[in-house]
Amino acid sequence: MRNAGRRTAAAFALLVAAFLLLMAMNACIGSLAITPGDVLRIVLAGGADGTPAGNVIWKIRLPRLLAAAILGGALSVSGFLLQTFFRNPISGPYVLGISSGARLFVGLTLVFGLRFLPSVPFAVLMLASFAGSMLCTGLVLLFSRRVSGMAMLLVVGIMVGNIFTAATDFVVTFAQDADVANLQSWSMGSFSAVSWDHLSLASAVIFAALAAAFLLSKPIGAYQLGEDYALSMGVDVRRFRAVLIVLSSVLSACVTALCGPISFVGIAVPHITKQLFGTARPLVIIPGCFLMGGVFCMACDLIARTAFSPTELAISTVTAVFGAPVVIALMLKRPR
Amino acid sequence: MTHTLSTQGLTVGYDGQPLIREITLSLRRGEILSLIGPNGAGKSTILKSLTRHLAPIAGTVYLENDALCGLSPRQIARRLAVVLTERIRPEMMTCYDVVATGRYPYTGHLGTLTAADHAVICRCLDCVRAGDLADRPFACVSDGQRQRIMLARALCQEPEIIVLDEPTSFLDIRHKIELLNILLEMAREKGMTVILSLHEIDLAAKVSDRVMCVQGDRITHLGTPEEIFTPQIIGALYGIEHGSYDVRFGSVELGKPQGTPDTFVLCGGGCGIPVFRQLQRRRIPFYAGVLFDNDMDYAVARPLATRVFVQPAFTSEDARVTQAALEALDACKTLIHSGVPILEGNRACGALLRRALEKGMEIRRNEP
Repeated sequence: MRNAGRRTAAAFALLVAAFLLLMAMNACIGSLAITPGDVLRIVLAGGADGTPAGNVIWKIRLPRLLAAAILGGALSVSGFLLQTFFRNPISGPYVLGISSGARLFVGLTLVFGLRFLPSVPFAVLMLASFAGSMLCTGLVLLFSRRVSGMAMLLVVGIMVGNIFTAATDFVVTFAQDADVANLQSWSMGSFSAVSWDHLSLASAVIFAALAAAFLLSKPIGAYQLGEDYALSMGVDVRRFRAVLIVLSSVLSACVTALCGPISFVGIAVPHITKQLFGTARPLVIIPGCFLMGGVFCMACDLIARTAFSPTELAISTVTAVFGAPVVIALMLKRPR
Repeated sequence: MTHTLSTQGLTVGYDGQPLIREITLSLRRGEILSLIGPNGAGKSTILKSLTRHLAPIAGTVYLENDALCGLSPRQIARRLAVVLTERIRPEMMTCYDVVATGRYPYTGHLGTLTAADHAVICRCLDCVRAGDLADRPFACVSDGQRQRIMLARALCQEPEIIVLDEPTSFLDIRHKIELLNILLEMAREKGMTVILSLHEIDLAAKVSDRVMCVQGDRITHLGTPEEIFTPQIIGALYGIEHGSYDVRFGSVELGKPQGTPDTFVLCGGGCGIPVFRQLQRRRIPFYAGVLFDNDMDYAVARPLATRVFVQPAFTSEDARVTQAALEALDACKTLIHSGVPILEGNRACGALLRRALEKGMEIRRNEP
């Protein structure tokens, strides 16, 4: 018992250290190298001071690294909730097609919205993203009742995702050129060009959803034993399932609205986190997942923008390289 | 005396289709009720309706005087716990963690365990004699251990009633006995009411205070084991046509071999049983005798032999029975001497052996 407590504390300490280190690295490293001391001075100054370094930090690197940290964490927790919900370790917002659903709805809103309005408010995009996520989750849920097995759920998710991707391509084909340019860069998925306004709105929603998920730790723990046992312990299973699905959709919808679909974070990070902590207790894993997701995405984003600088990689290219092997390992580890 | 669990006109089934109608039942504190019956008869359906996993189609389940549907999930969880057939596959949980989930209805908002909770968990682990399993990963223990852990988890809810759906399936005989012993202990010492479904009718007869036969759309038999375990009720319940069920021993025999026998088994005092079983397996019909009706051989010979030559216990030799046995022997080719000692009390067997020797019949001796 005491060993488990010590391991949890050590894992949290490690994650916090990695989190802070990656924040510093993301702020310092780039085409314009800035020393950690300068970064600290600029950040503490509280705003852009007009120098090139100040502009780079406040207008580019800070929002970008915060987006990677917060959105990465949100995606990971969303994945953990989905894995709990489907009682299947191979679930996540991307592989189940939920991000594709969100992407289609955001795409449609952008293309049609821009036809009548000069710009579409970000809150509307978030709502569209949420609607798409919910629709997609509903579809996967509907089909998943008729199939059994871990791999089949994945197949259903990929099919649903493909349908939505096809629909998005259809919209893109018939959209006007300016809209397409807008949509293409966004739908590749990237933490770049995130504005402070959008980030703070999305973060507010994300932190509210995270707090709610954390408060659900107890029923999530009971649900890990299966629906019937959860019911016998006094969980209102029907309401709990609904809340779980809404929370996971809200989390992944915020990310998709801001940065487009990002692959494999939601599926891989919860698994890595459980391995690190040596437990699946939601009380530990939910905050752990958030930190680990932030670390994972900041590291991937650092690689995406520095590996082939000045050419920048799409974030999903990097997350897939690190995330997909985890999924394959999961498939191999558990037959059936 | 208060009833811990009772039902009033409970009709159960799936999707509004009644399967079993108007079940009326009331259990006292510390009673063990077994549900027996053929596969698919609805044992699980009844249990699920008692545990809220299935909404009843009509009627009400009561915990003492409270209707189940009027209680909050948390209140119910503190009074009624379950062990289900569904196999759980929790990730990275030790046996201790699994048992600890049983504290759910008592813990606070985040489900953190207090020292008192840990004490209850340890006590429940000891109750099922699984204290040494606490730190083992749940995924790595045997079926028998797993079932004990699930029982400890249910006990952790400190319930008045525990409902178990086929808890002994997949267990070997040692673990079956262990589990049922624990349940008996719970019921007798702690006054826990136990409801379980069982496939092993011999075990049901041994642990139950009351037995419910589940077959057809109504419960026709609900009573003490003495009332229920009769060849008629059990035979009808399971639709046994080719075979039999012995009430006193709770043993089950397959059907007797068909045809006219040409084998006679000289038996008595338990020596005949292995011979009868061997012949039954090889589908060879046989006669058996001469036995007293209190001989243990008689209990097995009766369902298996084409005809048993028998006379009442403690009587002296009956010439008519011996004569009938000799006539039957004359029609046989083989006499199997089971090894029964031939003494004063079973002179008839001596007569049979002499006749076989005189006629030069094949005499096989069953070496023990």
